[in-house]
Amino acid sequence: MSDVASQLTTADGRPLKAALATAQARAKRRAFFLVLPLLAFIVITFAVPIGQMLQRSVYNDGFSQTVPALTQWFEANPKGTVPDEAAYAALASDLNLMKETRMAGDAGTRINYVVSGMRSLFTKSARKAADLEPPYMAALLDIDEDWQDPRVWNAMRTASSPWTLDFYTIAFDRERDADGKLVKVDENQRIYFKLYIKTFVVAAVITAICLLLAFPVAHLLATLPMAKANLLMILVLLPFWTSLLVRTTSWIVLLQGQGVINSILVALGIIGDDGRIQMIYNQTGTIIAMVHILLPFMVLPLYSVMRVIPPSYTRAARSLGATSWTTFRRIYLPQTIPGIGAGVLLVFILAVGYYITPALVGGADGQLFSNMVQFHMTKANWSMAAALATMLLVGVLVLYWLYDRLIGIDKLKLG
Amino acid sequence: MNKKTLFALTTALGGLALPTLADDITIMSWGGSYSAAETEAYYKPFTAETGIGIVSVDADNPATPVKAQVDAGNVTTDVALFLLSDAVRLCDEGQLMPIDASMLPDGIDGTPAMDDFLEGTLSECMVPNDIYATAVAFDASKFAEGAAPSSIADFFDTEKFPGKRGVLKSPKVVLEMALMADGVPAAEVYDVLDTDEGVDRAFAKLDTIKNDAIYWEAGAQPPQLLADGEVVMTMSYNGRIFNAAVNEGKPFEVLWDGQVFEWEGYVIPEGAPNTEAAMEYIKFATSSAPSARFSERISYGTPRKSAAPLVGNVNGTDIPMAPNLPTYPANMTNALASSADFWVDRETELGERFNAWLLSN
Repeated sequence: MSDVASQLTTADGRPLKAALATAQARAKRRAFFLVLPLLAFIVITFAVPIGQMLQRSVYNDGFSQTVPALTQWFEANPKGTVPDEAAYAALASDLNLMKETRMAGDAGTRINYVVSGMRSLFTKSARKAADLEPPYMAALLDIDEDWQDPRVWNAMRTASSPWTLDFYTIAFDRERDADGKLVKVDENQRIYFKLYIKTFVVAAVITAICLLLAFPVAHLLATLPMAKANLLMILVLLPFWTSLLVRTTSWIVLLQGQGVINSILVALGIIGDDGRIQMIYNQTGTIIAMVHILLPFMVLPLYSVMRVIPPSYTRAARSLGATSWTTFRRIYLPQTIPGIGAGVLLVFILAVGYYITPALVGGADGQLFSNMVQFHMTKANWSMAAALATMLLVGVLVLYWLYDRLIGIDKLKLG
Repeated sequence: MNKKTLFALTTALGGLALPTLADDITIMSWGGSYSAAETEAYYKPFTAETGIGIVSVDADNPATPVKAQVDAGNVTTDVALFLLSDAVRLCDEGQLMPIDASMLPDGIDGTPAMDDFLEGTLSECMVPNDIYATAVAFDASKFAEGAAPSSIADFFDTEKFPGKRGVLKSPKVVLEMALMADGVPAAEVYDVLDTDEGVDRAFAKLDTIKNDAIYWEAGAQPPQLLADGEVVMTMSYNGRIFNAAVNEGKPFEVLWDGQVFEWEGYVIPEGAPNTEAAMEYIKFATSSAPSARFSERISYGTPRKSAAPLVGNVNGTDIPMAPNLPTYPANMTNALASSADFWVDRETELGERFNAWLLSN
């Protein structure tokens, strides 16, 4: 068969196969040029920023760029060497450089992330750097005793290379002690890992509630006559079109202590005036407001899948003697899996990264992991924010991978 | 293309091109009523006097976009309004231009600039513009005559004053107030807070109101919480309470005891496109008369001693502004100047501890 094909030629005598390949290549090139703008857009606005963010979480040159002399000393002396006069001389020369280039703040900030309270050690010492005279060790210790703290020297050694895992160490609530060993931070400083787990749990709860609420609604929408379904659809979409902030503040109005719901309950005599229920500025408030905001993302994929499920399947099952529960469980539910999968994934991923709603209605215990990302962004600690954001991204990717293994990504149907 | 659309297009393009004119300067500030006060007190008279146009840009906190601009090497901001802590940090990192304070004009009474600004407010890269305070505020109509809270300790006294309190969701200011309420004199607050025992003491004091606290982050929240009756009292920026009390007629009062005041001011980012005009602007805006005009429009105190007596009535009313300012002598009897030096060192550590404290039960 292939022999026959290879013998075929076009009118100008070229083999048919080659001619076909050229023609197809040309078409592919044309198609590629059509998607090129989108590809460029995605690379510039998505791939590059995310790549930079990932890099920032392991790269911080705040200290390394102003310490050429110290870097040399660290290279010449292995880890664990007690800093000698040469080390302090190198430090003094680098402090001088920091003073000239006004980089002491940068350098100090970088060390301060690892050993708290050390930023001023650098700015203070750099200000006096010009007056430093040998012996440097005594001169520097005279400025501040902290210069002999082994934790500072360990931190400087690590930070003398711009590539670092320090920010992930912090993100896992660990620090290095005086001997350079990884230890857990004080109980009252542990926050990130606990919050990380909590964020995924809260997101799972929100997703579950959304699914329970959205499933019957989507079913109703899919089975009602078109005219009524459209009207209901608008009711589903209306909140979707309202500003996020407006919706969040409306929840405050409804749920707060002196709010609508509490006042109605008091007026009806169900609760006393001093027994008003705290429904907002805590985790409950966060979950209620976020379920409301994310509900359409569950309804829409479910609806689009349910609409095309032929009703004849369920009718057939019933006529063959299945109970309504069996019909639902074995015939209807499996056909909605692509919609459930899409909705669950969408709602979960959005919930994991949510920040504005928890910030407004979350109070003390309703904060999520993204609030910490935002905290570090506003404190200009971008490397830490990047490390935390990377942790979120990895968490979501792991769940995505699990989803693919358990259900299969090809079964996903968004609309 | 018909004439109308052509016209619309050229005006639109003209609007786009405006900010790039060489003579204009771009000023990034807080927006809202703050920038409204700047516009009337500074921008309009400055443009009238010098012919230099001003493009006003709003930001949540100008330090964040300015840092991003300097990092990217694409600075479009000539002047920005910074909190002191941000100015100190970015100045140390070489992202702001040093400003020689001796170049600033003398006070209207002839005092040299170096002596005219309140002590300690001038720093390497920032010229202070105003002094604002975080203080406790309450709704006077909710308390009987003479039974209103009268000291910072009352804020932490849930027996005498039961009910919810609005607490700023940040260790800064909150820890200082806790220590002052615990009896630490303002002058010793940072010495105490610099020790581990002091930090524990502050958190222990906070524990006493933990179950009665509603936390806020945005400055607009405290007046709202008071107005809704959600809290009996709340920490708040003094300007927000003033605004609700004077402009909206709410019966809110500020409890000045235990106030923590800070100052903010103008900086020039390193690499700003028009530094000469930027400097001219800063000289103009921070001189005595415009500074007093600014204080009449928003209840933030002027950092110039020579400008304080010039502050008249609240703009457009016959209510004197001075008693509403953090710098009014009667309001300063137990006041603490927030320490930028302390917070640049400890913000990360105490921020983590504060967040962990919020999450623990």
